[in-house]
Parts: sequence; C-alpha cells; structure tokens
Amino acid sequence: MSRILEGLLYSESHEWVKTDGGIATVGITDFAQKSMGNIVYVDMPEEDDEVSQDEEFGAVESVKAASDLYSPVSGVVVGRNSALDDEPGLLNSDPYANWIIKVRMTDPSETGNLMDAAAYTAFLEKQA
Amino acid sequence: MKYYDKLIFELSRKGRKGWSLPENTWENTPEELPDTLKRCQDPRLPEVSEPDVVRHYVNLSNMNFGVDTGFYPLGSCTMKYNPKINEETSSHPGFTSLHPLQPASTVQGALRIYRELSGFLCSLTGMSAFTLNPFAGAHGELTGLMVMRQYHISRGDTRRTKVIVPDSAHGTNPASAAVCGLEVVEVKSTSQGVIDIEDLKPLLDDTVAGIMMTNPNTLGLFETEIHGIASAVHAAGGLLYYDGANMNALLGKVRPGDMGFDIMHLNLHKTFSTPHGGGGPGAGPVGVTAELAHLLPAPAVTAAPDGCCEVTGSPDSLGRISGFMGNFGVLVRAYTYILMLGKENIRKVGPYSVLAANYVKESLKDVYRLPVQSLCKHEFVFDGLADSGTGVTTLDIAKRLLDYGFHAPTIYFPLLFHQSIMIEPTETESKETLDAFIDAMRKIAAEAESDPELLKSAPHSTPVRRPDETLAATHPVLGYRFGEGTE
Amino acid sequence: MGFAYFPHTDEDIAAMLGRSGLSSMDSLFSDVPEDVLFKGGFNIPDAMSELEVRRKFEELASANVRLKVFAGGGAYDHYSPAVAKEVVSRPEYLTSYTPYQAEVSQGTLRYIFEFQTMMSELTGLGCSNASMYDGPVSAAEALLMTVACTRKKSRVLVSATLLPQVLDVVRTYMKFHGVGLTVIPESDGTTDAAAMEKELASGDVAGVLVPGINRYGIIEDLDGFADSVHSVKALLAVYSDPSALAVIKSPGEWGADIACGDAQTLGIPLNFGGPYLGFLCCRKEYVRKLPGRIAGETVDADGRRCYVLTLQAREQHIRREKATSNICSNQSLMALYATVYLSLMGPEGLRQVNRLSYGGAHYLHDRLLETGLFSEFCSKPFLKEFVLRSSIPPEKLHTALAEHGYFAGLPCGADTVSFCVTENRTREEADGLVSVIKKLV
Repeated sequence: MSRILEGLLYSESHEWVKTDGGIATVGITDFAQKSMGNIVYVDMPEEDDEVSQDEEFGAVESVKAASDLYSPVSGVVVGRNSALDDEPGLLNSDPYANWIIKVRMTDPSETGNLMDAAAYTAFLEKQA
Repeated sequence: MKYYDKLIFELSRKGRKGWSLPENTWENTPEELPDTLKRCQDPRLPEVSEPDVVRHYVNLSNMNFGVDTGFYPLGSCTMKYNPKINEETSSHPGFTSLHPLQPASTVQGALRIYRELSGFLCSLTGMSAFTLNPFAGAHGELTGLMVMRQYHISRGDTRRTKVIVPDSAHGTNPASAAVCGLEVVEVKSTSQGVIDIEDLKPLLDDTVAGIMMTNPNTLGLFETEIHGIASAVHAAGGLLYYDGANMNALLGKVRPGDMGFDIMHLNLHKTFSTPHGGGGPGAGPVGVTAELAHLLPAPAVTAAPDGCCEVTGSPDSLGRISGFMGNFGVLVRAYTYILMLGKENIRKVGPYSVLAANYVKESLKDVYRLPVQSLCKHEFVFDGLADSGTGVTTLDIAKRLLDYGFHAPTIYFPLLFHQSIMIEPTETESKETLDAFIDAMRKIAAEAESDPELLKSAPHSTPVRRPDETLAATHPVLGYRFGEGTE
Repeated sequence: MGFAYFPHTDEDIAAMLGRSGLSSMDSLFSDVPEDVLFKGGFNIPDAMSELEVRRKFEELASANVRLKVFAGGGAYDHYSPAVAKEVVSRPEYLTSYTPYQAEVSQGTLRYIFEFQTMMSELTGLGCSNASMYDGPVSAAEALLMTVACTRKKSRVLVSATLLPQVLDVVRTYMKFHGVGLTVIPESDGTTDAAAMEKELASGDVAGVLVPGINRYGIIEDLDGFADSVHSVKALLAVYSDPSALAVIKSPGEWGADIACGDAQTLGIPLNFGGPYLGFLCCRKEYVRKLPGRIAGETVDADGRRCYVLTLQAREQHIRREKATSNICSNQSLMALYATVYLSLMGPEGLRQVNRLSYGGAHYLHDRLLETGLFSEFCSKPFLKEFVLRSSIPPEKLHTALAEHGYFAGLPCGADTVSFCVTENRTREEADGLVSVIKKLV
C-alpha cells in the first residue's frame, strides 16, 4: 500500500504538488519511490529554468532503472532541493517531506488538471 | 579464484621504473617548448618495476572468468570457443606493422583479407555487399540505420523518420535509432513472444523508414511470419533491418537475405568466434542488398581493373563512421575462423547451437518456468523457478551458479518477463559440459526448496560477494583516490 | 568426420535429439518456412588445417610491404612493450565478456578502474569512461554529449585543423542526429580564435571541438578558448594525444570540459587501423551524461573493496531511445593494453617517449629543410609530427618513398606533406630517408 497525503494534488505520472500562493512545490509520490527501488540520483533543473506542464524536467535513477520526471505545472524554477544531490535516498525515506523543485507558476489554473488525494487513490487502484 | 586487493597505484614507489627505452641523444628536447604550451602538473602515473607489473596483472586476471575458464551460457552473447589460431594469424607482424594510410600497393595482402571476408559474409548471409568498418554490434546498427535513412533521403522521401522496434528488442536498437535521428515506434510481442503481424500493419504508413528485427528474436524463437512481415513492410515503402546478434542460430542454415532483409549487421565477436576481450574490441560489419550498396560508408575496398585491391569510397556514400577501416585485427580472426571451418563445417554451426539449446531447455523445463513451450533456436528464456513460492529470485540463481563454477546466464532480459533467465549454450560445448550445467541448475532448484537462504546469500566461493551497487551509484568513486583530500 | 571445435559424437547427437523429442537434425528447423532454408553451396573455400591456414597467411603477408614509418596522420608507430602484449593475451582477459557478473570479473573491473584513473590524470579531468571505439568516434560522442549537457542547443563548432577523418566522422554523426555543424577556419596553421568567437556570439552553440595537437602536428595555444566557450554556456572539448599529454598542457589545464581522442599512441600496434582505443573524459559535473561503460569502487557483502559497472541508468539497456549514446561496449582489451603500458612507463618513461620523438622529429625537420627541396609551412611549435611545403608534388613524393621502403611525406594539402618521428626511429633511419629524398630529384 502506498501512502497518499490529503491536501496535495497529484499527476498521472506520480508527482505531487503543494501550492502556496503562486509557488508550487513538486515531489514524487510514495508509489513512485516504491516502484523505483533505491534511488541513487536525481537529475534536477537549475534555478531560472523554465518548465511546462506535462513536460520532462528531470529524472530519478535507481541502480537498474531510470524514470523521467514530468512537471505538473508550468513556470520558472525558483528552488531545487540540493540535499538530494548528496542524499538521493531521502526520496525513499520520505517522498512527501523531501520535495524536488519549487516552481513560480505562470498559470495557476493548470492545477485544475491534477487529481486530489481521493482521485489519485482511485487512479492507483485502477492501475493495479 | 583468489581475492587480490591491490591497485597498481598502491605498488608505486618514487624512483622505480618499468620501462626500457634508448638513451636520448637528440639535440632538441621538449623542454624548449614555450612554457604556455607545457604541462604544469605531472600526471600521477604509477612507478613500478616490470616484474611487479606482470605479477599485478596476472593476479588480477585470476579474478576473471572467461570462455577458456569454463562454461559461459550468457544469452544473446554467443560465448563460443575462441580458436587460438585466430590469435596467431591476427598477431602476424606482416599485418600488425602496417600503417592504415600506406599506399594500397604496399598493403595488398591486408586488402585481400578485407575483400575476401566481405565476400564470405555475403555468401553466408545472402547480402550483396558488406562494409567491415563498424567497430561493434551497436556501431553496426547505427551504420545500418544510417543506410536506411540515406536511402529514403536520396529518393527525396524525407518524411520517413520513424523506425519500428519490437518491445523484446535489445536496448541498443532504440538507442541506435535515436542517435541516428529516428523516432522509435514500439510494436508489442504476442504471448508467444513473436511479432503479431496484425498489430504491425496499422503502424506501417509513409512516415516509417523501416523495422528492426532480430530473428530468432530475443526469446530464441523464430519469427515464423517473417515472409508476411517482410512483404507488408516493403509494400509500405519501408526497409527491413536484421539485428545479427542472434545469427549463430541460423549460420549455415538460413540467410537473412533470403528472408527479405535489406540491411543487417553481424557480430563477429559472437557468430565468428573472435574473443569478447572483456567488452571489446569486436566488429559489427554491415551487409546490404545490391540496391543499397552505393550508400555504404567510406572508405571501402574495391577491385581495380588490374585485379589489385584499392581503397575507394562511393560518391553516394553516407559518409565516414570510423577513423580507418574498422578493427582489422578482429576481421583477421573472423577470416581465419571461416577458413578453418570451410564451406561444409560452417553448415553445422547453427544446427549444433540449436541442438544444444533445446537439449538444455528440455532437461530443465520441469523445474524452471518455460513461458513459451516450443522449439527454440540457439537460446531460450526461463521465467524463474517453476515453483515461484520459494522467494528465490533469478538473481539468486545466477549468483549460486557462480559457486558451481559456471558463468551466469543473462538475467532480467528480455523485459517481457519479471524473472528472465536467458541461456545460450553454443555449439562448442560438449554434452558432458551441458550435463554438468543441467545438474547444477537442478541442484539449485532443489536448494531453493530446502535451503533458500543459501541461495539468497550466494555466491559463497567467489573473490567478492554481491557488491553494493547502490553505494557505487549514489556516491560514485570512479578513480583512485591519491592520498587524503586529493579526491 | 568431426571438426576440432565441435565436440559432438554421433551418440551425443542421438541422445540430445532424443531428450528434445526430435527425430533428426533437420527437425530442429521445422519452425522455419521451407523456402528460406538455404540449400545452395557457400562461396567459401573447403576447410583448411592449421598448417594450411599458416601457409595462406605467409602468402598474404608477402603481398604486404613493411615500410619504415615516418608519418602519422592519426596512427602512430610507438614502441610496444613485450609485457603489454603478453598480458592482453591471457585468456582470462581475452575470452571474458563485459563484466556484468562483478563477482567473477574483478580483474576486468579493476583494470578499467585503473585505466579511468590514468586517463583522468593525463587529461586533467575528473572522470573517464572505460574507453570508446576509436578517436574519431569519441569526438562525435563528445559533441553529442555537449548537446545533451547543454539541452536545447542545436549546433556545434569544430576546428578545421582537426584530422580529416575526425571531421568526416563528426560530420556523419551530426548529420544523422540532426545537429548543426560549423567548421571554424584555420589561420596560419591553427584554429582561428576570432572566427570561433563570432560563431559563439549567436548563442545556439552547444559545444566546440578543437585539437590539442592538430593535423599539422602543431601544438595549439588554447589560451582563452575555455572562457569564450563558457561565456555562452557551451562546452569545450579537446581532441588529444594522451602520449603527448605527459609533456604538453592537458585539456584540464586549458580549462576544457571534455577530452577525447585516440589512445593508440600508448603503445598499441598500427595493425592496419585497428583495434585502436578511443577515450572520453569529462569534468565531474558532467559524468551523468558521459556515454559508455564506467567502473566504480564499492564494497561487497563482507565489506571488501571491490568494483562494479556503475551509473548504468545513463545507458542504452535502461534508457533505450533516451540514452545519450547507443554504445554498449568498450575497447576493453585495448584499455588493458594502455593500462599496462602506462604502468610500465610511468611519468618518466612517457616523458622519455616524448623526448625521443621530439628530438627525432626536429632533427628530421631540419635535415629536410637543408635539402632545399622543402620549405617551412608554419613556424609554430610541434612535437613529433610536422608539415613542410614540398617542391616535389606530394603524391609523387609519397609514392616514390614507399617504393624505397618508407612510409613518409603523407600528402596533407596541394603542396604540403607531413612527417612524423617516434622513439622507434633511429638517426641512421632518418639520415637514410633524407638521402633517398635527395636522390629522387
């Protein structure tokens, strides 16, 4: 069973988003980290890079797999979690406490395309 | 095998030397170069005596397993015996001393080998022309795809930018396509592991450059619908590429050219017995039909009117893909192999390899899960143990095999199954060797029931056991750390 | 009659078919459509014994002419130590596969780790892969890497002073991959820095490839190149001769991001063009985009130091079409060759190689000028290879010298020829070459 937190928004590619004003904090879900196994590297964009909804912004790698990250929102990267450079395994230990990037959204209405916790729970059940 | 822990840098002592060169009696020395061009910091290369160098690398070699050490059933890799005469001919000083840019008149012997080998490969594959320049299988794939694209472009058909690749394909197929600027479209395999022609047909439109296929495929199964596939792809204006990774199954028996393939590569280090060398050098010659021959990379060896060989390049050539003309030393080995076998023995390579694979498969299928029950070609795939309840994984089985003195099969490939174990025994293994392997595999299956912990902690007899790959990838240490703080 | 590589007796075959539930060898191919089974004869000779193969090779070898090598052009006749040949012929190395099963491949993994360390040291860059096919392909891979590292940028610059085969291979790769390529012109025998600056200004350049020692043998002064390239967020790659890096400034010291080239100069025989040894090194921050195999250090279940192939998530078998490169092997055995070579030579042996080559090349250069048949092409510093203007037409000179037993005076332009001297050549041989040239006119 994967943990799903109330109050976050979710994408079909298993990223979570928390919005605070115009800033979106983005990470990967518990389901995503479990299916990857031990994460050994997180490829993150630099600050000031632009990201677009549903487009690749980086990747997470385990020893024997790699998975692209898709941005759930569009905007400009205003923060990257540099703790993951040294300790990518943080995503395994708590994927919700350890975000990946923060984005200043250019179109906050895009979050309407995302799922809430209940919808994501149903989505995962349907996938299984 | 004995664990030996040194690195060459740890044997280094200032003032030792392992080299032997004449004294310098020239007047000019590099000291006179302007300081701006001179190196500032000395490279920290080891300073070691010659005997210490020899012993170090012999000790390291003792931690390696090769075909000459024991049975190496690595699926898709065709680990057959590497004949020693190949090593002798390829190290003949009459060839090793030749500079690649020497005038053609001074390298006729080398050029004849190149031409004759191309001819042999044409005859064995049913193709019309070969370039021997590609350095490896993946390099051959890339070269072959370049031929495919160049063909369409040269006809003004610039919309064909997609290539169809089965989901069971070797990972290099989609990667080569991407490097070649082609978009990959995946076609699914059926539950029987082969291409479903009905799934393929809707994908075939005028944006498709061609299809890449391995036949037999990565499950070791012959694509029986090959005629239908070939005519459908050709009718849609596409070309068929044959990934020769599995050619050993067919050598002497079936020719890709006769199956309708337009372009193919061979892995000389698989099918033609040249040693794998721990990962290379190999060779990946590319063969094409007569219609595509003018597109092959330059340089090429052709016959001059006087019967001599010359080095040329077609004006329509796709370009150059190698500095010179491939891994010549590897070509000499493959040429030697073909001469040794001759036209009759070479007919037995495919059949004997297929015999060995079916024998091992049939001897183990009651204790390992065989997902597709059918005749296989040179290799086959189990999906873990027949009893999936023991918790023993394919990795455990592979590691335990090392304890029994065998190299492990290819594992977790193809991706179609979760516990793939891909076994390729080759035609150079005796029945006794195969029986010993079968025996070990059966013992392991029994151990999985009686003592699964023994397998989960295997191997027990190798110099090192289950290296921590997560640590290696999280905090990469990719070179020797000289002293403290000099990482 | 059997054959030496096939162990099967008739009894074995019968037993194996029986276990497989098959009646005949033909039934092994019953799944193959009848019309594709090959029934013709192969156009290859009858089987030969080893004795006959040896005779055949003597005959073929006699159709070659061994020349005294006084030219390079991308392949160099350096001294090859006896130990290196001996070590690479050990079957434990020769007949092993890529080291996937680390437990039984520590020999291969350790020498790759040593090779990576030595190449990092020579190039002055933090990371090296386990080797590439050859120099020109490593150059193409280096440029593809600059495109991957800088994302979104779509054009590369390459110097006209690179070896022609390097330019050709790079052109082929970029053409098919869809990357724009612009050649930076040369100025007085070296890369025109001002022309490069102009191209960089357009902002779409991902990477720049220049030679450390160029096609004329001239050591390029790359002062300021890295700053210019970095100022537009592009990467600088330097095509290098690792043997020469014992004495000349390393790519790392020039501030480059990537080094590529051919390590054939580390004692690997000429071998009519291959196998050689491409290499690719980069600064640490780009290692995740470095193509090819990479070995890394770790510990095993018992805490022992050991080595594995690592950072595999970059590679084709995991990333498939998203991998930076399709390479799935290396020239492993040649990397072993170079590693053993460098272990023997050490820093001082490699310097001696350069002293002998440099001294011999400058000696020949001066003697050739003294003949009055040649004039200076460019007065910039060179190491072991140099170019002169020739009053004898280049093709004619080159062919005539071959007839006299020399590979020398390689045509390099309409009226220019190149020469090269390594530690394998003696003063007597150089004098012999000069006297032959004098007699040609």
